[in-house]
Amino acid sequence: MADEVKNGSTATEAGTAKRPTPKLDELESGPWPSFVTGLKRLRDTEDKPYSGMMNDLLGQLEHSYTERLGYWKGGTVSVFGYGGGIIPRFSEVGDKFPKSKEFHTLRVMPPAGYHYTTDVLRKMCDIWERHGSGLIAFHGQSGDIMFQGTTTDGCQKAFDELNEIGFDLGGAGPALRTSMSCVGHARCEMSMYDEPRAHREILNENVSEIHRPALPYKFKFKFSGCANDCVNAIHRADFAVIGTWRDDIKINQDEVKAYVADHGRKYTIDHVVAMCPTRAVSLNDDDTVEIDNKSCVRCMHCINVMHKALAPGDDRGVSILIGGKRSLKVGDLMGTMVIPFMKLETDEDYEKLREFAAMCLEFFAENALEHERIGETLDRIGLPAFLSALGIEPDPNMVKHPRTSSYVRTDDFTDEAEKYFARKGKNKDGSARDAAE
Amino acid sequence: MSQAATAPPSPPKKRTPIESGVPDPKQYMHPVMVKNYGQWAYHERPRPGVLKHVAKSGDEIYTVRAGTQRQMDVYTIRTLCDIADNVGDGFVRFTTRSNIEYMVSAFEKVPALIKALNEKGFPVGGTGNSVSMISHTQGWLHCDIPGTDASGVVKSLMDMLHEEFIKEDMPNRVRITTSCCQINCGGQGDIAINVQYTKPPKINHDIVANVCERPAVVARCPVAAIRPAMVNGKPSLEVDEKKCVCCGACYPPCPPMQINSAESTKIAIWVGGKHSNARSRPTFHKLAVANLPNNPPRWPEVEEIVRKILYAYKAGAKDWERMGEWIERIGWPRFFDETGLAFTKHHLDTWTGARHTMNMSAHVRF
Repeated sequence: MADEVKNGSTATEAGTAKRPTPKLDELESGPWPSFVTGLKRLRDTEDKPYSGMMNDLLGQLEHSYTERLGYWKGGTVSVFGYGGGIIPRFSEVGDKFPKSKEFHTLRVMPPAGYHYTTDVLRKMCDIWERHGSGLIAFHGQSGDIMFQGTTTDGCQKAFDELNEIGFDLGGAGPALRTSMSCVGHARCEMSMYDEPRAHREILNENVSEIHRPALPYKFKFKFSGCANDCVNAIHRADFAVIGTWRDDIKINQDEVKAYVADHGRKYTIDHVVAMCPTRAVSLNDDDTVEIDNKSCVRCMHCINVMHKALAPGDDRGVSILIGGKRSLKVGDLMGTMVIPFMKLETDEDYEKLREFAAMCLEFFAENALEHERIGETLDRIGLPAFLSALGIEPDPNMVKHPRTSSYVRTDDFTDEAEKYFARKGKNKDGSARDAAE
Repeated sequence: MSQAATAPPSPPKKRTPIESGVPDPKQYMHPVMVKNYGQWAYHERPRPGVLKHVAKSGDEIYTVRAGTQRQMDVYTIRTLCDIADNVGDGFVRFTTRSNIEYMVSAFEKVPALIKALNEKGFPVGGTGNSVSMISHTQGWLHCDIPGTDASGVVKSLMDMLHEEFIKEDMPNRVRITTSCCQINCGGQGDIAINVQYTKPPKINHDIVANVCERPAVVARCPVAAIRPAMVNGKPSLEVDEKKCVCCGACYPPCPPMQINSAESTKIAIWVGGKHSNARSRPTFHKLAVANLPNNPPRWPEVEEIVRKILYAYKAGAKDWERMGEWIERIGWPRFFDETGLAFTKHHLDTWTGARHTMNMSAHVRF
């Protein structure tokens, strides 16, 4: 099939006049790699099927640069067996630029952590030369590899070949979306759990929700190995999994002394000690540090700065925050702390995480209004209702501070307090249980 | 029953997809990373653009990071692969911000990698306290609702910021984003360059009824400014322009409600967004300036403002302060002074929860 296209009649675009691109030409100068130069290279490879398509695409893009308007509209295109994963684009100026009148994108899920061999990248390039425009983005903001630009017919052909080499379509529309995880365990000493494992287990267990859009709206998971949150999970994910630890920060005092000797005492005080958000770090007179681990919020600052001297503890797991999203429709929302700590080491731990993820997805599917993100649902029904639906007990780590409004009915406060003390292993009145009992 | 004799042509055989989901990264991962998976001890940055990670086993892996144009043609990708095959170990990965990383097992391979990347026009950098690649969206190249072309804005800005990408001279990392509409797919940034519409949608009433699911469009409006109406005898929608906040939320579900125009689509710049939890909690970016012209192909007015803000930050921030933390310390009055930007009534939030953004104290700066 491939050879057919390669050697077929489509390879005779040589006679087509090149579309003038005076405005886009200005984006070819300067030190940064130019996407325009890349588009032109595709246009100028005249023995390839996409040459004419890219000539017209450049024509339409130049038209946009001149008129300062976009000219794509959506539609319905999918591959056999799936309902999502293709972003259809039909040109509104297809009469002027007919060869790029269909320019659909395939969203393809990358390996967790974005690792590639050159071999697999070359295979992707070959497939996309046969069935698409030759333009690929690594990666879209949802985390997909975006194979940009093909016809309706090309979508199926490209997908079939990509699927045969082990790749699958990502999410689009009201569905579970493609996820992202940081480099994490593969290369980073700050990594608190096996991010690719959590990422793959949750997404692959719910893979049908990716391919068959049937949720109220989109739902995104993202996985960061620590609170530096390199994949922007807290703000960009409905379900953010952030690595953390419960025990003490590990200190190599010799390395601390070396840092202070190197950077100076004043610098260390101003930039490590004084920048601790909870004043949990202090510098001793002998240039060692002392950390008040009970006050530490696991923000990562001191560890980032003195990364050879300080390291996260060994009792590792994750925090889970629910409800991050961007502006539409109620305004931006950050994820909210819902699980302050979940141990994540053993197979059973990962199973618990998968179960919790499935519960949240199910809750979302059943309770969100159409076009409502789970963060908006959470605002609409209130955190207590959400927690009780998911069987989670309230925890002071969920708030910046307790409520300030008195508009609440508290007649079962005493029962709730007893439950809290019971969870804490204390007596009903909050006093410590006698060890002898 | 006679039709049974002429059976319809059998439909072409369709291939059933293999629902393989997210691929296992280990099959594409550098063997040193597979061997030391989850067992890393510490890292160093020998020079901008280069990371050295040391495993508990004593193994080392070196990473060379380079900027790309994100939207890449297959020839660019093959060039990047050639570099990995010729002078690297054949293993790469991409960062969240579309930088490519080459992993090699020995430091001796690093200089040749840097040389090869630079020769082919890929800047090496983006590590530590640098300005990394701008995370961005699709724009006129592919989006169905774009107000601008993020790829062009990013190319223009990264040409200017190239020097800050290849060095580590900033107080802390600087994360810039661009977005082609107010949905802001580019996300939060220390500096965010986002389309800001300035006029209500212009409605093509002739096609609304055929193209749009009208109740869904009414429901989509955040300020309840849209209502069903009969216009010229046809069912359509109308917008209460006094209520309309020009957000463009109605445009994706109803393309006849065109929000963009060459004149009214403007660019706003926002500052102080942060994803990391280091020191302060993650924050949203805040409005710095609006109404900049959407001026392709180089957006010079945007470039000028980004330069002013970035270099005011570079000059004024203490080491490890992110943009928002610097402003938090010096205060907004000084931010507007030092960047030469105007503070207007439009900087006063009016959305739900706006009072929480006001100064409810006697703390004043002069």
